[in-house]
Amino acid sequence: MCRRLHLYCLALVLLLPAPLWALEFNMPVGVTDTSQSIFNLHMTIFYICLAIAVVVFGVMLWSIYHHRKSRGHEAAQFHGNILVEVIWTTIPFLILVAIAIPSTITLGDLYDASESDIDIQVTGHQWKWHYKYIGEDVDFFSVLATPREEIENRKKKNPNYLLEVDNPVVVPVHKKIRFLFTSNDVIHAWWVPDLAIKKDAIPGFINESWTRINEPGLYRGQCAELCGKHHAFMPIEVKAVSESEYEAWLADQKAAQKAAMAAADKDWSMDELVKTGAGVYEKNCAACHQADGSGMPPTFPPLDGSSIVQGDKLEHMKVVVNGRVDKGMPAFGKQLTAVDIAAAITYERNSWSNKTGDMVTPAEVQDLMDKQ
Amino acid sequence: MKHWLKPSSPSGLMLIVVLMFGFGFALVPLYDVFCEVTGLNGKTNGAYQGDMNVQAANSDRIITVQFVANRNDNLPWEFSPQQEEIKLAVGAHKKTYFSVNNSYDRAVVAQAIPSVSPPQAADYLNKIECFCFQQQPLEAGEAKQFPLVFFIDPALPEDISKLTLSYTLFDISERDASGGD
Amino acid sequence: MSAHAETLHHGPAKGFSRWILTTNHKDIGTLYLVFSLIMLFIGGTMAFVIRAELFQPGLQLVMPEFFNQMTTMHGLIMIFGAVMPAFVGLANWQVPLMIGAPDMALPRLNNFSFWILPFAFTMLLSTLFMPGGAPNFGWTFYAPLSTTYAPPSVTFFVFAVHMMGISSILGAINVIVTIFNMRAPGMKMMDLPLFVWTWLITAFLLIAVMPVLAAVVTMVLMDVHFGTSFFSAAGGGDPVLFQHVFWFFAHPEVYIMVLPAFGVISEIIPTFARKPLFGYRAMVLATASIAFLSFIVWAHHMFTVGMPLAGELFFMYTTMLIAVPTGVKVFNWISTMFKGSMTFETPMLFAIAFIVLFTIGGLSGLMLAIAPADFQYHDTYFVVAHFHYVLVPGSVFGIIAGVYYWLPKWTGKMYDEKLGQWHFWLSFIGVNLTFFPMHFVGLAGMPRRIPDYALQFADFNMLTSLGAFLFGTTQLLFVYILVKTVRSGKPAEQLPWEGARGLEWSVPTPAPYHTFTTPPELDKE
Repeated sequence: MCRRLHLYCLALVLLLPAPLWALEFNMPVGVTDTSQSIFNLHMTIFYICLAIAVVVFGVMLWSIYHHRKSRGHEAAQFHGNILVEVIWTTIPFLILVAIAIPSTITLGDLYDASESDIDIQVTGHQWKWHYKYIGEDVDFFSVLATPREEIENRKKKNPNYLLEVDNPVVVPVHKKIRFLFTSNDVIHAWWVPDLAIKKDAIPGFINESWTRINEPGLYRGQCAELCGKHHAFMPIEVKAVSESEYEAWLADQKAAQKAAMAAADKDWSMDELVKTGAGVYEKNCAACHQADGSGMPPTFPPLDGSSIVQGDKLEHMKVVVNGRVDKGMPAFGKQLTAVDIAAAITYERNSWSNKTGDMVTPAEVQDLMDKQ
Repeated sequence: MKHWLKPSSPSGLMLIVVLMFGFGFALVPLYDVFCEVTGLNGKTNGAYQGDMNVQAANSDRIITVQFVANRNDNLPWEFSPQQEEIKLAVGAHKKTYFSVNNSYDRAVVAQAIPSVSPPQAADYLNKIECFCFQQQPLEAGEAKQFPLVFFIDPALPEDISKLTLSYTLFDISERDASGGD
Repeated sequence: MSAHAETLHHGPAKGFSRWILTTNHKDIGTLYLVFSLIMLFIGGTMAFVIRAELFQPGLQLVMPEFFNQMTTMHGLIMIFGAVMPAFVGLANWQVPLMIGAPDMALPRLNNFSFWILPFAFTMLLSTLFMPGGAPNFGWTFYAPLSTTYAPPSVTFFVFAVHMMGISSILGAINVIVTIFNMRAPGMKMMDLPLFVWTWLITAFLLIAVMPVLAAVVTMVLMDVHFGTSFFSAAGGGDPVLFQHVFWFFAHPEVYIMVLPAFGVISEIIPTFARKPLFGYRAMVLATASIAFLSFIVWAHHMFTVGMPLAGELFFMYTTMLIAVPTGVKVFNWISTMFKGSMTFETPMLFAIAFIVLFTIGGLSGLMLAIAPADFQYHDTYFVVAHFHYVLVPGSVFGIIAGVYYWLPKWTGKMYDEKLGQWHFWLSFIGVNLTFFPMHFVGLAGMPRRIPDYALQFADFNMLTSLGAFLFGTTQLLFVYILVKTVRSGKPAEQLPWEGARGLEWSVPTPAPYHTFTTPPELDKE
């Protein structure tokens, strides 16, 4: 009976991984020379490990089958042999040396310090990434673009669920790009598997890494170091384009940042502001204060019925623009445009049970930001 | 060996425990020494104490130095380098400024923490004058120019042609108010 | 003399106070084992919550902040509450029996080191009900997430860790002193059974690194409450320093959790192969080398932190070296089985599964040691798969194997072999179903410690969750088997295993409350 149980169970166990192997679920080869050499390294070690496992488990299974008491096998009584011990210490050592050589070469390549063409500073924030193109006067935040309805299972999830952002970081192909990593608060880690870059972003210090992308495309990644509540919700999108497209994009960005300044001067209607504000709120505020404004007391106060939101406009603006550093509220004056801030404030003041009916214009916010 | 010191006696073992607890703390200064030797985390040294007077004319090796300014925890100061990128010859003294503006409605004391990348360049970037040497108080709404005077040691490893000096401003008002203990 | 005779012949005290006041190594061993079983289920319940949330993409059951509390507490409870106390429990029962000592060398200290634990864990678990919630920064509590950005409960976490540390240190001191001073006359160090050897080395690791853990949590406490800046750049500190000090503790800790399991397996394999252990000296040497190497590999947990090239290479090479002594151990176990006369009772099944699955975990560990490849593996489910392979079918299977193996001697009753076999196979299937798919999601890019994930990981996560539910519920069968054995098991024989050797089998079954009150005579072979 027990023998049969063993056989059935063993068969089941051996069959289990079969569907897993059938699927292509492996480290991505990636689109840079280094990611390819890392992939090759990974496969080499994997095959070596597989070979070791086959030999070791093969011997074991063979002796489990043959040297059983139920087959009447008598136990031998040997209990040691110096020569074998020396052999099976030496052989693994030699295998390790064989693995160490390509690993060392690949690692050396990753530390190449030759001059880069483009330098991008990447700053981790709880819970979004900030990109700054050094010397180009272009910088922006990159925030999760997946709607909350999808996360909360109220809407069907799209194929790029949790891997999509509003502003991808755009880079040209075939250029050496140097990333400088730092953090605004806790330790984050910037990871894009297709580029084989994973580097910690540490508050107060900078780290660097470089890449040279061979193929245009959209490469997605995520934060890899636990950074608090929304660690799972700060993805990365790298968009690799041709050099001319990159130049055009850069020019657009510069124009857009100017336009954002100009937009503050435009006349905005209440409806426009509330509509824009709803989107801004969801992306920047809802993570803590919640989509329904209920917050998460005691850490994150509710906005629904809040005395600040229902009270003086200027105070409300000051809190959003300058933040409450002591309470963990970021200074959004540094992160969002005057239009976005005005829209979000107007939205907050006219949502849920807050029916103040007043409106904050971008010009007012710009004014406050300029005065300071 | 006295019998109570033997690693087979309870008291001897307790001694190991106490020593290892101390070792845990000793790792702090050990790590600092280690960082200084290897430039780990791009930590730079304090004010330059030597008397190097090599001038730019003596070298045609040009290095690109980038400046990066960060505000930790969204410290409500404007903080930016006057020039994001400069090119200079090794050995040449260079003065540059960082602009700050306390846009908060109260006085804030900040401390700037420098970091250099690539880290192996950290040892060769010598600062003669730096705002990071002191704590920097700013009144509400006050604006200032922070000076930085530095030069690159000509012994900088040959393969490095570009380096980045980053400053992160930390709000230490509370720490300062409580006497820094 | 009369007082002496009295202590020799009295049995256990009656009632509940027996367990509170006991200084008997067998009672304390039982307490440790029962405690760790309870902790296994508490930590397991948390794993259940984690796997239930990850069953499908999207947020269903818990909010991300509670999810982080669950992963943190699951790690802390399994490591410090389930695995470590279980090994101390096995040591309490077996070390005196195996070296022919009447009890542990410091019996009152023994009682104290156990009774710290329930208080430590009550304190840790109580943080779940505090404002701001339980610790949510992962069991590795990296600063500044655990300092500047920590919930208020971090203070209680620090004190709980201190108490666990004191308990472990005192337990380790007791083991060392017992082994050095209380061996049966004529038993030399190289006569020690391998379980005793591995525990001796583990105990030295414990007293070397638990104080470092105490130091690092103290620094966290000081940063949180006393305005120091060990780990904050603002005051001249460095968050990376935290990781160095922490991993200086936590890498040896990994071996603390597996070396005693090596010992258990080295006892079981010869018994059921009916053949002496192959390469005893090599095994001792390999264990000692692993312990030594564990002190110089810590930064392989930090390859992505931005180390100089020389640092990466140093830690890569030393880490790879660990494969050599570990390989030696595996080869010796297999050689012990080779040309034996094997039977496959439950302890042997768990021991064989240990060898196979631990080796898989070891091989993925070798892959992780390769620094450039680690840039892709680091902080993904590949790592989660790796360390669960060494900890669950490694340490936990080792403990379960040991319990089945020695249970007849402890209780005087035999467990139900058929149920034991069921327990084994369900656990074996469950464990692989849970942790094997994790390798794939990790390679495909799923970071660890996330409550929600991208759609391409969905199928494997569902499989993992199903496996986890299977594995978790199977352990209820384990409890049933244990209870059934104690209540109504068939009486066990003096030597329940045909091939078993060693002093522990020379005492009557069940082992009387006091054993080896006169030292045993060793038969010289």
